Amino acid sequence: MSNLDTFREDTKKWLDENCPPSMRSGADPDIPVDEVWGGRNAEYKNPESKLWLDRMGEKGWTMPTIPAEYGGGGLTKDQVKILNEEMFFIGAKAPLLSFGIWMLAPVLLEYGSEEQKKEHLPKIIKGEIRWCQGYSEPGSGSDLASLGTKAEDVGDSFIVNGQKVWTSYADKADWIFALVRTGAKEPKHDGISFLLIDMESKGVSTKPITLISGKSPFCETFFDNVEVPKGNLIGDLNAGWTIAKKLLQHERAFISNFGLAAGMGSNRDIVSIAKKHLGEENGKIKNSFYRSEISSHKIKEHAFGLTLKRAGDEGGKASATASMFKLYGTEHNKKRHELMVAASGVNGVAWDGDEFDDGDKNLTRAWLRTKGNSIEGGTSEVQLNVISKRVLGLPTQ
Amino acid sequence: MKLVLTEDEQFLKDTAKSFADERAPITHFRALRDSNDPILWDKEIWCEMVKLGWPGILIPEEYGGSNFGITGIGVILNECAKTLTPSPLFATGVLGAYAITNFGTDEQKQNFLPKIVSGDLTTALAIDESSHHNPKETEMIAKKEGESFIVNGKKTFVVDGASADLFIVLARTSGNKGDMTGLTLFLVDSNTKGVEKIKLEMADSRNYANINFDNVEICNSNILGDAEAGGETVEDILDVGRIAIASEMLGNAEAAFDATLDYLKQRKQFGVLIGSFQALQHRAAEMFCELELTKSSVMAAMKAAEEGSNELQRLSSLAKTMAGETLHLVSNEAIQMHGGIGVTDEYDIGFFLKRARVAEQIFGSSKYHTERYANLSGF
Repeated sequence: MSNLDTFREDTKKWLDENCPPSMRSGADPDIPVDEVWGGRNAEYKNPESKLWLDRMGEKGWTMPTIPAEYGGGGLTKDQVKILNEEMFFIGAKAPLLSFGIWMLAPVLLEYGSEEQKKEHLPKIIKGEIRWCQGYSEPGSGSDLASLGTKAEDVGDSFIVNGQKVWTSYADKADWIFALVRTGAKEPKHDGISFLLIDMESKGVSTKPITLISGKSPFCETFFDNVEVPKGNLIGDLNAGWTIAKKLLQHERAFISNFGLAAGMGSNRDIVSIAKKHLGEENGKIKNSFYRSEISSHKIKEHAFGLTLKRAGDEGGKASATASMFKLYGTEHNKKRHELMVAASGVNGVAWDGDEFDDGDKNLTRAWLRTKGNSIEGGTSEVQLNVISKRVLGLPTQ
Repeated sequence: MKLVLTEDEQFLKDTAKSFADERAPITHFRALRDSNDPILWDKEIWCEMVKLGWPGILIPEEYGGSNFGITGIGVILNECAKTLTPSPLFATGVLGAYAITNFGTDEQKQNFLPKIVSGDLTTALAIDESSHHNPKETEMIAKKEGESFIVNGKKTFVVDGASADLFIVLARTSGNKGDMTGLTLFLVDSNTKGVEKIKLEMADSRNYANINFDNVEICNSNILGDAEAGGETVEDILDVGRIAIASEMLGNAEAAFDATLDYLKQRKQFGVLIGSFQALQHRAAEMFCELELTKSSVMAAMKAAEEGSNELQRLSSLAKTMAGETLHLVSNEAIQMHGGIGVTDEYDIGFFLKRARVAEQIFGSSKYHTERYANLSGF
């Protein structure tokens, strides 16, 4: 038996013994489902959610490719493929959702000191620390590099003052990775540093933001004379912009994949919504105008999925394609929701109360939420600029 | 199914690119157009393609071909489309070669395939009968009389019809207009008594014809595939043809886009390069995305055809729709971004607009395939 065959056998056996019944397909629908983000203050409606996270975290399989010395699984690409396949076969739930995994860990690996990697990576992988992202500020959205949150050098530490906005789950996170100004305001890209800050530090406070969709995960985060040890600086002083850009690529890739995956796998399927609200005749959506619009949309979605696959098969030329995927994925997701709302008629804009079912009301909220997709993580217009300049080589004025 | 070219396919693509650039640049197409050439392709260029083995790419080795596969011929058509290289490769090397290889009797294969490989026989597929593609609307009657059929009717918009030696003709042997059953495919020598080719003058200066059939007698042995099952057979041939023409159209779009991008980087107005205007940059970036999606669709369709995937029909409609929509967008934007010079005959970019609109009609428009995609997807 080859090494990979042995690995498959062992993995199958381990999953069989360690993946709790409610974490697989065919779970009892009466057991409450947790969205597991981990962290110091995590609460679980189903104790098996915690058990599954702990077991996977212990193996390092929440980040299977990270070396074992940092708490990762230390697996090869081929082994990860097998792990994913075996998890897929039993319908195993992802044990952990984490900005630490999706965004911070890759840049820590690339830019962090040995000490920083050993300190933070294991806690990300085990889900012990929940991270949030401190990038945007009230005056610095698309023009992120104009940010003004100040970190003043006072010897052994920095004193941080300022405000971040759109920090997802800041009210629930344990630590924040933030961009702060440590140097001059001009040239604006040169005075920025990448700093890790414990949210329990004195002077940190958060305030949730209500979006047009009602509730939201977003917060404002305030820093009032917060003392941060110098050991929390990632990379060189004033060299944070390079790290920030790298992290944005991971974020963009994540948002476009997530948006698409969420749409394709979701039970909110545009065809069944159209059939339900517009009627069905011989298996076809009864209204031919909607039908043709939906088919055009599905064709684009299909082509986009194939393009993601092609990028993977080509070995991923990261930066150029990341902007395209972010742009296309989010714009497409917005259109899909517009189509679903339109096909639902009045029910597609239901807000609350007992006259409408949850599916209708949730669709309204989801539709409103998609309006942020093409703004967060770099607006569509910023992505178009990136493609024009970096991919097409068009001149700047 | 990996969506990347193999080393051999890439090699073929590079060869085709050099060939098109060196032997058949756009000036070659322009010269043919201006000379009122009756068949609008050049026999010398065709001979060179034959020497490179291109008409035999879909033909088995026992008949002299290389059996290289659909992706192979697809990338060649893609590169040749960038200079609008005129040739009978699409109608002969794809449609004829594929149809006879996959549905021909041993005798038919022996008769025709070696001649396709050697460049001595060109073919054309005659399906449509009106201004819109729709095989099931076929009315042309083939009436059985003893060991033969007598065919009467008219075929329209036959690609390479003005020059083809052999027609593959879809006719009705039973049933009514609107039925996909009761159809049969016939192989018809273009010199048969009663066959009349009428060359069409289309906006894009490519070889097309209408074909009249006046009491044309066709022997039983010239039925291609199973009698009465021509509807299914022809859809199979058409799907491969749609994928090949989509690959061509992608090449048209890529070339028009590249020419436009070059222009944006050269042309100055108000003292600056016009490519520095955001109003043009964002539109160029959007075209880039559509081109990338089209590349993936065409690639997936070619690979599916090669593997005989059960997704072939849907992917064929996907590829033809994406290629049609993208080429439509790019050909319009290319003209607008070139400004005044874009609407002059002297400049080449207008060729791509004309080719685009005609090619969009070949074997079904984007609208036709968007509907077919919905039918095949179960909604």
